[in-house]
Amino acid sequence: MVEKKFTVGWLLRNAVLWFVIFIMIFPFLYMLSISLSENWDVMSGNVGIYPKVDGKFGATLATYEQVLEQPLIFTAYKNTIIYTVLGTAIALFVLTTGAYALSKKRLPGGAFMNILVLITMFFGGGMIPAFMCIKWLGLMNSIWAIVLPGAFGAYNCIIMRSFFHGFPKEIEESGRLDGLNDIGILWYLVLPTSTAIIATIGLFVAVAQWNGFFGPLIYLNEDTRYPLQIILRQIVLQGTNTEESAAEVVNNKTAGDALKYATIIVAIAPIIAVYPFLQKYFVKGVMIGSVKG
Amino acid sequence: MKATKNAESEKTLAEATAKANKQYNSAPLKGEVLPDSPAAAKPQWLKKLADGKYLLILVCPAMICLMLFAYFPMYGLIIAFKEYKPFIGMLESEWVGLSHFERFFDYNYCWRMIKNTFLLAFYNLLWGFPAPIILALLLNEVQNMKFKKWVQTISYMPHFYSVVVVVGLVKMLLSPDSGIVANLLGSLGVESLDILAEAKYFRTIYIASGIWQELGWGAIIYLAALTNVDPQLYEAATVDGAGKMRCLWSITLPSIAPTIITMLLLRMGSIFSVGFEKVFLLESAPTYETSEVISTYVYRYGLTSSSFSYGSAVGLFNSVVCLILVVVSNYVSKTVSETSLW
Repeated sequence: MVEKKFTVGWLLRNAVLWFVIFIMIFPFLYMLSISLSENWDVMSGNVGIYPKVDGKFGATLATYEQVLEQPLIFTAYKNTIIYTVLGTAIALFVLTTGAYALSKKRLPGGAFMNILVLITMFFGGGMIPAFMCIKWLGLMNSIWAIVLPGAFGAYNCIIMRSFFHGFPKEIEESGRLDGLNDIGILWYLVLPTSTAIIATIGLFVAVAQWNGFFGPLIYLNEDTRYPLQIILRQIVLQGTNTEESAAEVVNNKTAGDALKYATIIVAIAPIIAVYPFLQKYFVKGVMIGSVKG
Repeated sequence: MKATKNAESEKTLAEATAKANKQYNSAPLKGEVLPDSPAAAKPQWLKKLADGKYLLILVCPAMICLMLFAYFPMYGLIIAFKEYKPFIGMLESEWVGLSHFERFFDYNYCWRMIKNTFLLAFYNLLWGFPAPIILALLLNEVQNMKFKKWVQTISYMPHFYSVVVVVGLVKMLLSPDSGIVANLLGSLGVESLDILAEAKYFRTIYIASGIWQELGWGAIIYLAALTNVDPQLYEAATVDGAGKMRCLWSITLPSIAPTIITMLLLRMGSIFSVGFEKVFLLESAPTYETSEVISTYVYRYGLTSSSFSYGSAVGLFNSVVCLILVVVSNYVSKTVSETSLW
């Protein structure tokens, strides 16, 4: 496909792609720029794509110090990390063991169980029965209400199952001849060669846990247990939690924005930081998911 | 019926587990190769059970999760047909038939909610579905691999922002007194307007921010499909005098059609289920006219004011419509294009 450059089509295409880049990255840069600027410059409304201090290009971390002074932000951060790590570990355990077993024809009742998994992709009890279920199990206001319900996701299970399906039968047979049972085969033979899929699914689960908002909203009722997203909502969307005195309200309208942007940056920083390095795993996950099991 | 079956299977599971543990403790590892000859006398199903006992152990945690957090709530849906009283309990509460559903359909705003749910999802599909395909087609033409990689990396990023972050961004950028949009319009002399509080803009904002968030991510799958197109086809077509558009129309699109149909099918099924979290965070009382959807109503009315039975009934109605749509769209696609989800 030899192509002439600088045709109208080329121009149009590049214009569209540059526009996409701009639209995607602008909000992020803008947030960064506002959060790094001096309050006064933000209020005067002349901060654009780069941060300003005293009307000139420059950066200050004053707003970030303010973010860290927010009540509960550290607790929320710690909670989110705990929920993410524990939730991901549990989900990976349940998913790998479950998906491996479900990928085997020899599993007694396997066909029925696979249908049970498939049904949950298209039908569910809904919000209120799920809520009552958590209540009935006595998990209200506990960490388990956050990390357990999403652990065995049907979609993730099916991705993993189709991956295990492709594992060479010969290797499993050789393991069996060496006296390994199915658990041994999974542990010694299958897992070491499945790190890529496990990392991929683990990342999906971890991002979902990190960003999880609704579960914590309805299942938790103590603010010391709230994860970051709940606190983020309080600060950014409800404007509470920021200690505003009546006199400061006028000033705070825009200065508050800097604080809000800085809080958002703090909340998404870990994902932004690791994402470029893990991109290939995420992309791989989408590809495997597209080949349905 | 389902419950008894579950109990049964769990019983057999427990038995198998106990048996397996015993064997595991008594026999040395070598002896664990499944013995064929002595088992021959046993019935077929027992043999199968013995053969798969370790697999049963492995599947246990997953099945327990599934039962507790997926099927138990489904069973809990019976309260949609009962008058649930917390102190009496789920089973003893009185049956009331379809009265909760009747109450919902008699509700003044019932049809408005159904319409809102459907329209929000429909417009989202209409605008949100083609966008990633177009981006993928454009990216596929890019020869400069570095540039392509950049566009991809940057455009995937918003996918990882949480709903709270996206809604927060939208609200701040569009805020009438400090948002950048208002500032820009203000400098052009246009009077700033609180478009977040205008019902007529709600769908636009919801859909545009959705496209912004998922555009790049959605393109991945089409990009993968595009790399599988045989380059010889293009060469042959160019030799035959086909132009760019002709290639696109006659080679590229037909080649990725199965992917497009599968994705469309997946989306069709969700045409009645809107992203609850986002609507919930984005809406405000002035926009209810276009923004109130069934799920936010279930949350607001059923959960926060504890009308559990009524809320479950409304939620069940929503789920059933979704299910019907998945089944129907799958059936249509099966007959038309032989592509099917299951």
